[in-house]
Order: sequence, then C-alpha cells, then structure tokens
Amino acid sequence: MTDLYAGMRADKGPLIPRNREIHPDPYDPGYKTSVARSPNLPLLAMESGQSEETGPTFGHSKFGQYDNNLILNWNRGAAPAVGERIMMHGRVVDENNRAVPNTLVEIWQANAGGRYRHKKDGYLAPLDPNFGGCGRTLTDENGYYQFLTIRPGAYPWPNRGNDWRPMHIHVSVFGHSFGQRLITQMYFEGDPLINLCPIAATVKDRASLDRLVAPLDMAHSRPLDFLAYKFDIVLRGRRQTMFENRIEGM
Amino acid sequence: MVQKLETLIESASQTAGPYVHIGLMPSYTGNGQIYDHELGHSPIEDGAKGEIIEITGEVFDGTGWALRDALIESWQPDAAGNFPGNEGADPAVSGWCRFAADADSGEFTLRTVKPGKVALRGGGFSAPHISLWIVARGINIGLQTRIYFEDEDNSGDPLLSRIEQAPRVQTLIAKKVADGKYRYNIRLQGEGETVFLDI
Ligand SMILES: [Fe+2]
Repeated sequence: MTDLYAGMRADKGPLIPRNREIHPDPYDPGYKTSVARSPNLPLLAMESGQSEETGPTFGHSKFGQYDNNLILNWNRGAAPAVGERIMMHGRVVDENNRAVPNTLVEIWQANAGGRYRHKKDGYLAPLDPNFGGCGRTLTDENGYYQFLTIRPGAYPWPNRGNDWRPMHIHVSVFGHSFGQRLITQMYFEGDPLINLCPIAATVKDRASLDRLVAPLDMAHSRPLDFLAYKFDIVLRGRRQTMFENRIEGM
Repeated sequence: MVQKLETLIESASQTAGPYVHIGLMPSYTGNGQIYDHELGHSPIEDGAKGEIIEITGEVFDGTGWALRDALIESWQPDAAGNFPGNEGADPAVSGWCRFAADADSGEFTLRTVKPGKVALRGGGFSAPHISLWIVARGINIGLQTRIYFEDEDNSGDPLLSRIEQAPRVQTLIAKKVADGKYRYNIRLQGEGETVFLDI
C-alpha cells in the first residue's frame, strides 16, 4: 500500500481529538446570538482522515509588502492610522509544541475609537480615513509572525443592556490541515472589560481564557515607536505514527 | 505528584463575530482595495478535470431564519480524490474556497469540481464529499460538516454509517436539482438539524 501521508510532516497520525472543555460553550444565554445558532444535538466524533489532515497552502507571491502593517496598508503607506502603535507578535505551534511554519495568520479589528470599517457598524466613533482594519501574514520557518497595528478601542454592542467588548483583535489561523482551522480573539493584559464580557465568558475554563490575553512585552517594544504584545497560538497536533498500524489480531 | 506532560493545550476558539468579512473577505465589505490578491475566491482554475458543479443553499438558525452573515470555507480533493499537494493531484484544483451568505437573501453558492472518493488510512474509501467549516456571529466554535451527493454511491461511507438515525444522514446529502446543480441547506439547530462533526 502506498503511504498517503509520506513527506507531509513528522507527526503523520490522526489529529488529536479536540478537548471541548477548554473551548467556549456553543450555547451560552449570556451571549444572546448563540442561543439560536448552536446545535442541540451532539457532534458526531470520528477519527480524522485525509479530509481533515490536509489543507490549503499559500505562496508568498500573493502577499503585498504592507499586508501585515495595519498602520499603513489601507492606503499603501500614504499616511499612518491614528492610535497607539503596537506590534502584535508570537508563534504558532501545535499541541506537540512543534512550530507551524508557513501558515496563514489573518487579523481584523476596530480602529482606535472602537469602530469597524463595515456598513453594519454605526457606532458614534468615526472611521479613520487611514485605517482599514485587516492584515495577514505567513509564519516563518519557526512559526513566528508579527503585525504592526494600532491598539483597537473598546466598543459597545447590542446584547444585554450595557455590554462592551474589551479591546481585542480577531485572529484566524490555518495550520497545515483543515481540521486545525481556528478563529479566536486576542485580548490585552490589564483590560478590566475582559471580566465583564459575555463573549470572553463563553470560555468557562479560566486558564483557557487567560491564554487569550496577550501580555505587554517591553523587551520587544521599540523605543520611541511602538509597544509590543505577545500572542502565541496553539493549534491541534497530530499523533505520531509509530504505533498507528495495529498489530494483526490486537 | 506526577511528571509533567509536555503537550500544550489548544488555544480556545472565540466567535468570528459580525465583522468577520472585514478580515477574511474584505471585498465583500467594499474594502477590497487592501490586498492585491484576495484568497479563496475559487477552489478551481480553468481546466480543472472533472464535472463542474454548483451548490447553492442557506444556513438556517433555530427559528428557521437564514443567516445573512455566515461565512463558510470548503476543502476537497480533485475529481480523482487526490488532495492538492499530494503527488498527481490536478494542478488546477486548489481545493479551498471561501464564500459568504448573501447579505440580502442569505443564499450561498459554491462553484467547484465534483470531488472523487477518498482513500482511508485503514483501506477502503469514503464517498465523495466536500468538507465545510462554518463561522458567524453567535457561533462560538467553527462548525464542521460535509457535503455528500445524492447521485453518488454513499453506501460504504464510514462517517455516514456512524449516524444512528437514518433520516439525519439526509442532512449531509446535496440534492440534485438540475444537471451540475445541487441544493444543500444547513440547519444549525432544531428540526432537521445538520449533523455536525467533531473530527
Ligand atoms: Fe470585534
């Protein structure tokens, strides 16, 4: 039999099943929109196969020089966005603590006043003519990525009577296989709104929520230019294959 | 005390929120100027081998309302069942697509090549299918499911055979409505709820 998984990576076994306990509850009355958008019936659990263990790859040729610089990418360097200049950076690794190189990381966020460039966002805070609000990059060979951006503002949203989102950056990551696909949010160390937010509170495991909070990283800040926040991302890993082929009769 | 495990814990998911299109499909929100090449427009290029098909559908919530803000990604092999990147795979099939529910009607369309059956690790095959990943405001962790086809032989598929209630199998099967055209609706909750996967 030919090895379908040859040359893909060191860990060629099935994906490690998701521990749903560390993820948010799909149904959470505190986050009202989830009430009618969450399945009632249990998920069907299966061991992964090729459909989940393979995934899209992206070449550097599709990326532009400003793609990971949200301060400049909206108008291609003509004028910078308003706000507190920050670098968001970190590594993408898997559960086996292996770097995930060459994987697509995409982010989107509100501007410094807490307003998104979206026709459905009618918040009082004005748009910044020099800020679009999204960026993307590929991790390097060590799984490292970085974005230059501005710190997004907190913003109110219609949920309960007076709910506000803490400052956050939305993050989308691919990994090397479709089963690793993840969207999450990065929060900022010390933001008192984190503990009041019904969306953050969908994550019931406190340690798991804490891992979404980026610490201020003075060592990687650039004097007279930007502060740094470190945000590492862990994706699902795969089992190693040594014992994957069961011995006959066992 | 015991020894410490060296494995890490996956980062927790958070909802993609109402503005997910800003980040993943900027042109959908009128912000297309930001990138020269937006990713995921189509899973195929001209010249892809096999039957070109179009799948349309809607994503319904528990009240029967079609989501206007759902974003879906699809992943599939080529017509021979080879995934992109594998030896011999059709170079005109990238296999991956991003598409959104229409902001007015809620309808989505995926135009692609019909996938082939896929070899399984332990031998055998799964029936031709397209993997989906659905995110939106109110969905706290992306929902995984699959599109199978009513005009294919689905009898030996290991995933479909795991579904206990036979009528629920139908939630994963696209209905042929014309030559090359299929209908596939997704129901997030309630009557006719789609089988979602933990895979
Ligand atoms: Fe947001």
